[in-house]
Amino acid sequence: MTQARTLYEKIWDDHIVDRQEDGTCLIYIDRHLVHEVTSPQAFEGLRMAGRKVRRPDLTLAVPDHNLPTTARLDADGNRLPIADPEGAQQLAALERNAPEFGVKYIGPTDREQGIVHVVGPEQGFTLPGMTLVCGDSHTAAHGALGTLAFGIGTSEVEHVLATQTLLLKPSKTMEVRVEGQLGPGVTPKDVILHVIGVIGTAGGTGHVIEYRGNVFEEMSVEGRLTISNMSIEGGARAGLIAPDEKTFAYIKGRPMAPKGAEWDAAVAYWKTLHTDEGARFDRSVVINAADIVPTVTWGTSPEDVVPITGVVPAPDSFADATKRAAAEKALDYMGLTAGQRMEDVEIQHVFIGSCTNSRIEDLRAAAGVVKGHKVDGRIRQALIVPGSGLVKLQAEREGLDRIFIDAGFEWREPGCSMCLGMNPDKVPSGERCASTSNRNFMGRQGPGSRTHLLSPAMAAAAAITGHLTDIRAWADGKEQGNKA
Amino acid sequence: MEPIRTVEGTAYPLGVKNVDTDMIIAAKWLKTISRAGLGKGAFEAMRQQPGNVFDDPAYAGSPILIAGDNFGCGSSREHAAWALADMGVKVVIAPSFSDIFSGNAFKNGILTVALPQEVIDRLMEVAKTDPIDIDLETQMVTTPFQDRFHFEIDPFRKSCLLGGLDEVGLTLARTGSIDTYEQRRAQQQPWLSPALA
Ligand code: SF4
Repeated sequence: MTQARTLYEKIWDDHIVDRQEDGTCLIYIDRHLVHEVTSPQAFEGLRMAGRKVRRPDLTLAVPDHNLPTTARLDADGNRLPIADPEGAQQLAALERNAPEFGVKYIGPTDREQGIVHVVGPEQGFTLPGMTLVCGDSHTAAHGALGTLAFGIGTSEVEHVLATQTLLLKPSKTMEVRVEGQLGPGVTPKDVILHVIGVIGTAGGTGHVIEYRGNVFEEMSVEGRLTISNMSIEGGARAGLIAPDEKTFAYIKGRPMAPKGAEWDAAVAYWKTLHTDEGARFDRSVVINAADIVPTVTWGTSPEDVVPITGVVPAPDSFADATKRAAAEKALDYMGLTAGQRMEDVEIQHVFIGSCTNSRIEDLRAAAGVVKGHKVDGRIRQALIVPGSGLVKLQAEREGLDRIFIDAGFEWREPGCSMCLGMNPDKVPSGERCASTSNRNFMGRQGPGSRTHLLSPAMAAAAAITGHLTDIRAWADGKEQGNKA
Repeated sequence: MEPIRTVEGTAYPLGVKNVDTDMIIAAKWLKTISRAGLGKGAFEAMRQQPGNVFDDPAYAGSPILIAGDNFGCGSSREHAAWALADMGVKVVIAPSFSDIFSGNAFKNGILTVALPQEVIDRLMEVAKTDPIDIDLETQMVTTPFQDRFHFEIDPFRKSCLLGGLDEVGLTLARTGSIDTYEQRRAQQQPWLSPALA
């Protein structure tokens, strides 16, 4: 008799090469994404020990974190150097290491270049039922396709390069079930921010989260990528969503996806990838979809969420003393006062991008809000950064770039951009950014930067009005903004 | 990797909860291509504050760091572990650690010791004046005042830390099983090897 298993357990069992007495397993890794920041020391380690990459054909290298998002070629078509010497050095290291170890490399001027977590699914590199790793915590995103995907540190990157395996202990399982009908204006980003608000940033520690319920079933694959991406903000190393017809349709025809008879065999296998009836989760959280409203963060932790119609909470409102102290610090850092209405919070920067929200649906949602309007005069910088060169091309085909540029946004080259203070796109100290990224830590978007996480539609609305804006009020015409 | 058996010395009584990887090492320090030298960027923001434990000469060069809950949360950057190792920290004691951080710490020969908050409170007290002693073999944290606290550690991690063993080398010795697994899966799931254009 086979026991009822969760999706996680099925994928895990399928990847055990060896099991040690203490329960540690040698787990096979099907796909490995490599970027410029967390790989130099791993390649350095291989070189020092005289080791090779075991499966260069399962490894894909793409730079994203350091690349400036301004033009990458000069008028004569020559590649422009990265001004920052350290960023340039990391990029150069990857460009040296990839060919030396036989790893496929997508460079800054290739149209397939983008944020690793956008490129993987887009290329069909990420497939259901696989294990996929990358030296980056938002690798969790790929779980949207039913892929067991998680971030690893550089020593693990080296381990995977050399052996195509990792030594791991099984995680606990956690179900986050969202059922019911989402209200107007509620996007996948609002759903995941709400979930993190409920479970807290340590809520998923030690667990792999499986997102279940009709809300995720009805969601597009791109929406699911937004959800799974932020599993790590809820403390979980990985998130999973069972693959279904939508997933198969999303993958079919992508450059690295299986074809012909292999496709049919793959789909037949993928259809077995769901949690069995009666399988047990170590933890279960159930959320009513109707409780979720358009959500923003007020503080410096992704769990610091509040409905857009809410107010900045008073530190006293937290029962826990540490949380109270953290809230006080956060308010001080964010330059906010308790009781202030979120909708009154003025912003100076807008960032629409990052591996959370830079796919074509995100850009369409933002463009839908922006069309026919102008960015508010108080906004210093409003950036649209497509997640990949292919997303950018698609958006340009649809004319979205014109909508953004006409409204006063900057239309940039793909990369991590303002998601983290590592390339020239930064939020200056003390200034405030409405951002579709995933982290609002102190200094995340540059030293002293103040971040409010929100959905692409609400980021777009904030750009037009100059302050955080309820997308429902916008849709009703109660918020007008500046007409073009 | 340097083996760890016993670590004795002063400890930074930090005590702060939710020390995230950005606090341990800020993003601007991630642009290195080597593992050494990150110690000078460790806890940079905290070190701007007057009276911080890191610049207090009483704790200079401490091999031990005591912190609050959820130490190392945030990103997967291993630079956090390299920065700690480079500043000479060999043991971090806290009530809990983020999964990724404790894995990274272990791989860089740093021992993470999880102990309940009451014990942390006690060790914080002791650390202000006296050294702390950690014995990995017996899994004990002791103080000069007869405090004895037992901690749990995964037996595999323990033996690797004690022997200073390199994980990649250990796994490469199992290449035979990996080959067998790979061949079997290649037959069952032929789509696994992509046509990397
Ligand atoms: S976009 Fe942001 S979160 Fe995503 S990989 Fe880049 S830096 Fe990390």
